[in-house]
Amino acid sequence: MNIVACIKQVPDTEAQIKVKPDGSGIDETGIKWIMNPYDEYAVEESLRLKEKLGGEVTVVSLGPARVMATIRTALAMGADKGIHICDPAFDGADAYTTGAALAAAIGGIPYDIIICGQRAIDDDSGQVGSVLAELLGIPQLTIVTKVDVDGKSIKVIKPIEGAQLLIEGTLPCVVTAQKGLNEPRYASLPGIMKAKKKPVDTKDAQALGVTVDVKAKVAKFVPPPARAAGKIIGGDDPAAKAEELGRLLKEEAKVL
Amino acid sequence: MAKGVWIVAELRDGAFRKISFELAGTARKLADELGEEVCAIMLGSGIEGIAGDFAKYGVDKVYVADNPALEPYTTDAHAAAVAKVVKENDPSILLLGASAQGKDLSSRLVGKLATGMATDCTDVKIAAGKLVAIRPLYAGKCYGEVVVSGTPQMASLRPNVFPVVENAKAGAVVKFDPALDSSQLKTKVLEVQKDTSGKVDLTEANSIVAGGRGVKGAEGYQILEELADVLGATVGASRAAVDAGWRPLSDQVGQTGKVVSPSLYIACGISGAIQHLAGMSSSKYIVAINKDPEAPIFAKADYCIVDDLFKVVPELTKVCKKLLA
Repeated sequence: MNIVACIKQVPDTEAQIKVKPDGSGIDETGIKWIMNPYDEYAVEESLRLKEKLGGEVTVVSLGPARVMATIRTALAMGADKGIHICDPAFDGADAYTTGAALAAAIGGIPYDIIICGQRAIDDDSGQVGSVLAELLGIPQLTIVTKVDVDGKSIKVIKPIEGAQLLIEGTLPCVVTAQKGLNEPRYASLPGIMKAKKKPVDTKDAQALGVTVDVKAKVAKFVPPPARAAGKIIGGDDPAAKAEELGRLLKEEAKVL
Repeated sequence: MAKGVWIVAELRDGAFRKISFELAGTARKLADELGEEVCAIMLGSGIEGIAGDFAKYGVDKVYVADNPALEPYTTDAHAAAVAKVVKENDPSILLLGASAQGKDLSSRLVGKLATGMATDCTDVKIAAGKLVAIRPLYAGKCYGEVVVSGTPQMASLRPNVFPVVENAKAGAVVKFDPALDSSQLKTKVLEVQKDTSGKVDLTEANSIVAGGRGVKGAEGYQILEELADVLGATVGASRAAVDAGWRPLSDQVGQTGKVVSPSLYIACGISGAIQHLAGMSSSKYIVAINKDPEAPIFAKADYCIVDDLFKVVPELTKVCKKLLA
């Protein structure tokens, strides 16, 4: 089985995000870069499928040179090879362009199942997996917490508001991973050593035949709306404080 | 030239979900500024009868495809149907909900229509004749103003943020054939397991009572559940509480969980790690109850009580019961 995991490098969840004074982007100084947490589930699920069904796991990532560290992390976890889509032309790429670049890269290799994180925790757009599926002309199963593959078909569990769906689909397909799908493994020391020798193919826009045509752009980054300082409900008696809170929620906030 | 503000209604079990009305009201506002029409797309089976109901919320025309293959929702069938009617009518703006179904459908449409979309927006406006969508990035650690240059300009709206406004319009019903090709339908819903708790999902809840590490264990949530019952609220949890196994994953609020925007968020024993704050700081009113006066959650809260949650929460439950009686 040929399994592809798509991964993205993002700022650590603990990172403070500062907007540049001119609003053109975020200040990347001092940011620690990690594999997008949802993509860790994608890599882990890919490895489990390989362990169950045999085959090979290819990781694909788009981004600048620093992204190689994240590709190596996936290889250290156990993926077999990587494709790094690296070209300054892709700076500021939107979901459509990213999906097109991934489709061009993955379209050139054999694939039975492609697993992506359900969204990246930087732009939170959650579109790339679906765009990729559409451009490859294959079905999508998004935001899933369980994957069950036998050679020809796939079944997934997808939580929606107030229910869980059991959905069956055909292969090849794109699956996007939600938290709960699995518990990602850590890279082992031998894994890290081996990862250094695993092949990573680097591709640019020209090699992929992709023209960058950004259709959605963050025109301006702004800090989150400031919240006014809160009221401290003081005193020693918990009951009196609860009483005062109740009053404020009813009379001032009008939420009761 | 592309014209008209279009929305994709969301239905479940043959009835409108609230996000449909939030979409309609928002589309009306944008369309009035542009001097254009609001059209809604409705897909399902046996739904023609309720299509007219949409007029009340400011919809000029409802395009209905009534077909057994459109119920229950599948990406393949719905994306094909929406893409067909959108391509035939060339709207300038297309809005969907950032609900579970809306996220799945809208992202596929970005590919099918080869356009751009602003996901999970908390505000939308018109500037120089174009849609400008305001949305949280990095789970709300910063915001972006997104301009879509593709056609249609797509945006998905965060549920529970936009108001429902009644504004009666003609609501003419136009039937269309989705022209589905069964060989293109590659996924199938085998089973729907409904959550029988009767609780509203966190992403759609009007009030949330959330607990963190300070709740100290699964049993500690009992008093939070009791408060939630009185308020008609949904219980949420921090990552620490979920990782400790005290609450299910579906309860997690934060950057790697659910991003919520209720009217009232009561954080109990939650310190306020940045990744948690990211998921709840767009709540309208935030209450923090925590023993530690230095907890970062207090900087985000509207009402702060520095005390033991095990003493305050049961009292608050009593007070709310009295106030709501």
